[in-house]
Amino acid sequence: MSRRLPEVGGVYIQMEDELASLVVVIGASQAGAKAMTATSGPGFSLMMEQLGLAIMTETPCVLVNVMRGGPSTGQPTKASQGDVMQAKWGAHGDYEIIALAPSSPQEFFDYTIEAFNLSETYRVPVIVLADERVAHMREKVVIPPEDEIKVVSRKKPSVPPEEYLPYGSEELIPPMACLGEGYRVHITGLTHNEKGYPDMSGDVHSKLIWRICNKIRSNAEKIWRYKVIGSERPEATIVVYGSAYRSAIRAFKEARREGLSVALLKIETVWPFPEKPLLDLSETSKGFIVVEMNTGQILREVQRVAGSSRVEFVSQLGGDLPDPRGILTKIRRVLDHA
Amino acid sequence: MLKQVQVEHPLDPLLRIDRIPHIWCPGCGIGIVLNAFLRALKELNFDMDRLVVVSGIGCAGRAAGYVNADGFHTTHGRPIPFATGVKLAKPYLKVVVFSGDGDLFAIGGNHFIHAARRNIDMLVLCVNNQNYGMTGGQLGPTTPLDARTSTSPYGNIEHPFNLVHLAAGAGAVYVARWTVLHVRRMTESIKKALLKKGFSFIEVISPCPTLFGRYNRMGTGLDMMKLLAERSVVMNFIDPAEAVVDLRDKIVCGEFVDTEKPEYTEMVYRLIREKSGREVTSIVES
Ligand SMILES: Cc1ncc(C[n+]2csc(CCOP(=O)(O)OP(=O)(O)O)c2C)c(N)n1
Ligand code: SF4
Ligand SMILES: [Mg+2]
Repeated sequence: MSRRLPEVGGVYIQMEDELASLVVVIGASQAGAKAMTATSGPGFSLMMEQLGLAIMTETPCVLVNVMRGGPSTGQPTKASQGDVMQAKWGAHGDYEIIALAPSSPQEFFDYTIEAFNLSETYRVPVIVLADERVAHMREKVVIPPEDEIKVVSRKKPSVPPEEYLPYGSEELIPPMACLGEGYRVHITGLTHNEKGYPDMSGDVHSKLIWRICNKIRSNAEKIWRYKVIGSERPEATIVVYGSAYRSAIRAFKEARREGLSVALLKIETVWPFPEKPLLDLSETSKGFIVVEMNTGQILREVQRVAGSSRVEFVSQLGGDLPDPRGILTKIRRVLDHA
Repeated sequence: MLKQVQVEHPLDPLLRIDRIPHIWCPGCGIGIVLNAFLRALKELNFDMDRLVVVSGIGCAGRAAGYVNADGFHTTHGRPIPFATGVKLAKPYLKVVVFSGDGDLFAIGGNHFIHAARRNIDMLVLCVNNQNYGMTGGQLGPTTPLDARTSTSPYGNIEHPFNLVHLAAGAGAVYVARWTVLHVRRMTESIKKALLKKGFSFIEVISPCPTLFGRYNRMGTGLDMMKLLAERSVVMNFIDPAEAVVDLRDKIVCGEFVDTEKPEYTEMVYRLIREKSGREVTSIVES
């Protein structure tokens, strides 16, 4: 980006640390720019308080986190999916967030654009939750002509400055005036009222936090991205996201060759977690096989949503992709118990 | 018969009147610094739509919320990188960081030195009250040796920063120190810094009678002001290393650095124009 951005009229800066990186992004976005930052593990941890600032001030921005083994310095640079829950719960307080998990360089490209569009639509930071495998992968990527790329920008106020209330609209997502546009906004990470002024009253806090959550929750069906591959009424379903998908699809194909009744649910927006396809699949599936490169994070979501079904888990730690044979074994186990 | 008349204060248009009364204690010096800042803006007839005031967290950090301009109240310690982001997106805006000594030099110290090193065009106004006022008077990086605070009940055993020396060493192009009693000089200094292109730093020594003053038995806000009046000396352009702040001896005030060097956002945009072949002056289309 340091090479490319100046060529296309963009600004690049390398900050002194990752929390400064995210704050610069927030500053640029508040001034009206589209801005992003990218990091891995420890840098993502450093960004958490500032992620909260972006959520609280409803600043559109994009963060790429290339997951590696952690905690701490952990395994630079080996693949992991250990930060999925951190992406959802890493900052203090209650909130909802959007996170997309690519499984190929093409998806990495597409999801980054999608991340900007979602962040501008919902005024929320969007995380591209990649992992080392997909980040270091070389594969064909089709870059469409510029005019074929859908670009969404934040809604601007339609009222003059005297009438504008930064957080005052009845809509879940208020129009956003930016710095330097004459609106003279005051924006704070403190709990704030419609004017944007600090207000510590319980009612104001409750109203604000529910709106920040509900703008994502009530639009979840629109935000969800997922694919169901395979049988219409499968007896077993693999649930997977990110580069672990590459192992899972191999196991899936093998299982189908053997004539097993399986489907694969590829989750593309890990947050908000797509509950509907899981609920639908649990009507016929006798069980789910969750494949993750961690000790069980999305596993908990699957257990929460499809609790009454049998849930098997394939965990891969250490940096390699999961072995498809291990996934096949778990598929057979689910079907044997059927 | 007495008639009640309401008169507008000359600085009212520069304030968010709907946010007054402010949160500061009687005898606190922060309001004086805000007043000097607003006066400087007024005297320069500064375009308030081209100004962004950024604060961190703390008593001083509330200032951004009172100015009738675009304002942003960041997380603790982060006003400088926020201001950097604004400048990178819209270099034509003037950003002023108005914050406390703890915010800017404890948790935010790293950002301060790097912004000064890059020479990003912004004015950093630091209200130095020698402690963390907002959170109950803890020691900070400017607390004098031996001073009592809520977290140094036996006297402070940490050496404080000399902020003007630090700023000069990190590369600031304009560096000055005043006390809240130097209202006229402070105002002139702020005016100068507002017009300067580059990283400017003004430290203002200010009383916190509620906490630092109370812990150190310094009397009322007025007593503390008297002390500042007695101890301060103006020594313009002496070596900032020699410009000490010693509440028991002397507080050296004045301008210490006023120089020129290439400014960062100008260099960024020069590079963009060169590499893109386009006349880009801001990445945000207006
Ligand atoms: C990350 C974080 N740590 C601690 C705090 C609590 N806190 C609020 S203000 C403050 C110190 C402010 O000191 P200073 O900048 O000197 O401002 P003053 O109140 O003295 O004007 C602290 C530690 C916080 N808000 N965030
Ligand atoms: S606590 Fe100290 S710094 Fe804060 S408002 Fe009161 S006097 Fe001022
Ligand atoms: Mg202080």
